[in-house]
Amino acid sequence: MNFASVEDKLAVNKYDIDRDFHINTHENICQTCEGHFCVFACPADCYKLTDGHITFSFEGCLECGSCRIICDKEAIEWVLPRPGFGICYEYG
Amino acid sequence: MKEKFDAIVIGAGPAGCACGYTLARAGMQVLVVERGKFAGAKNMWGGAFYGPTLGDLIPNFWEEAPFERYIACHRFSALSKDSCLSAEFTTPKFSEPPYNGVTILRSKFDRWFATKVEEMGAIVATGLEAEELIWDGNFIAGIEASGDELPASVIVSCEGVNSVIAEKAGIKNKSKARDVKQGIKEVIALPRETINQRFNLTGNEGIAWEFIGSFTRGLPGGGFIYSNKDSLSVGIVVQLNALAEKQVKANDILEDFKAHPYITRLIDGGKLLEYSAHLVPVSGINVMPKLYRDGFLVTGDAAGFVVGTGLILEGANFAVASGIAAAETVIRAKQKEDFSESSLAYYQELLEKSFILKDLKTFKEAPHFLENPRIYSLYPDLACDLAEKLLTNDGKPRKKVWKHLREATSNKVSLFQIAWELLKAVKTI
Repeated sequence: MNFASVEDKLAVNKYDIDRDFHINTHENICQTCEGHFCVFACPADCYKLTDGHITFSFEGCLECGSCRIICDKEAIEWVLPRPGFGICYEYG
Repeated sequence: MKEKFDAIVIGAGPAGCACGYTLARAGMQVLVVERGKFAGAKNMWGGAFYGPTLGDLIPNFWEEAPFERYIACHRFSALSKDSCLSAEFTTPKFSEPPYNGVTILRSKFDRWFATKVEEMGAIVATGLEAEELIWDGNFIAGIEASGDELPASVIVSCEGVNSVIAEKAGIKNKSKARDVKQGIKEVIALPRETINQRFNLTGNEGIAWEFIGSFTRGLPGGGFIYSNKDSLSVGIVVQLNALAEKQVKANDILEDFKAHPYITRLIDGGKLLEYSAHLVPVSGINVMPKLYRDGFLVTGDAAGFVVGTGLILEGANFAVASGIAAAETVIRAKQKEDFSESSLAYYQELLEKSFILKDLKTFKEAPHFLENPRIYSLYPDLACDLAEKLLTNDGKPRKKVWKHLREATSNKVSLFQIAWELLKAVKTI
């Protein structure tokens, strides 16, 4: 198997997925955003640009905080996942 | 009234563990809160710990700590599209304890370190997150965690680069994208013998190998390979704002790096064990926050204690040392029963005296210097090009270095500019 895509890579990681999102995006702001910095900043491809819209999925999140820092529109509310949930590195 | 801790330490990474360990050793009542399921569950890095800081705290730590390999060899390489020019340094001294550097996988190591903290008498509460601060006027008087109010004389933020609590304490703002680099890494399993063969290592010798080159597409950053016992840590570190502005994804850069013919054969046949990402605060003292206030101290990555010069990128030793300095400050404050800002100012004094603020000041200009895009694409290409010209025998009459240099640089950059930037490099890093 060729592990070139982010999706393939994330599949080997260990997560305890929470039922709730730990990142909230304000879609109305995202729709007016032209830069879509989050799409390029996220190393886990959580933000995807489809037909001009940003779609977001939190399951693969590596909790690096890049999106929180890169979004200059205040469209991302980043809180940490509930304790014990989210990415669980076995190597690090 | 609940039991009041002398200190609550937020985060069980190198800073938090060093702080908790030092406090508990002095008989303080300490709680270390860690949001991961276990210490290390949320932590990743490139891979190496340098210097005597840890050995000062836990003598002969290498005899019991789960480190991977000692770093016997440093290698630096410039990559062009398909060529590689390297410099290597190795000395028998690096193979003797106390080792100059060791490679470490954080998930194992931080867990071990947290156990040492517990053995010393601190409470390490994993799966617990500091959500809010409790205020008593200007004083920070405790934290809220999972709905519980936990009072303490001092809160020590060892929470790392995403320092949300330090932001809530009002001593720093959210980092800016130009002040952080994004690191992503693959841990790739390979048999021990294969690693030793491919990297010319024997026994438990390890290598720390840094790369610059066109694979970062001119973006400030580079690649790395660290050897672990039975795996390689292969990754890249790139300026976060540059990724967004140039619309490049870090993983594409990592894939370009791995696809370089010289790298491909090093990782060939390896099995991916983990893919991880983290931010590195790289602007150092230029964006350093206030480090203390009434009932509050900030350490490690949260304080931006990282030095990157292109030759070195160190943070964990700063984390450990600042964690110890914070603990010493709390111990002194406890003796005086004074946890006010003026009492905690002792922390700044300790940092000024130690290598922490000295190094950060010495390399103050490095972050700006390292923004020069020529370092990441033009110069590695030129270096490889020049080496190729000098070493290729194409049957034609040979030229001297100077002539080759003139030809290789023509229309690209003046020799005066190269000389000037070389001088600047020597003076800055």
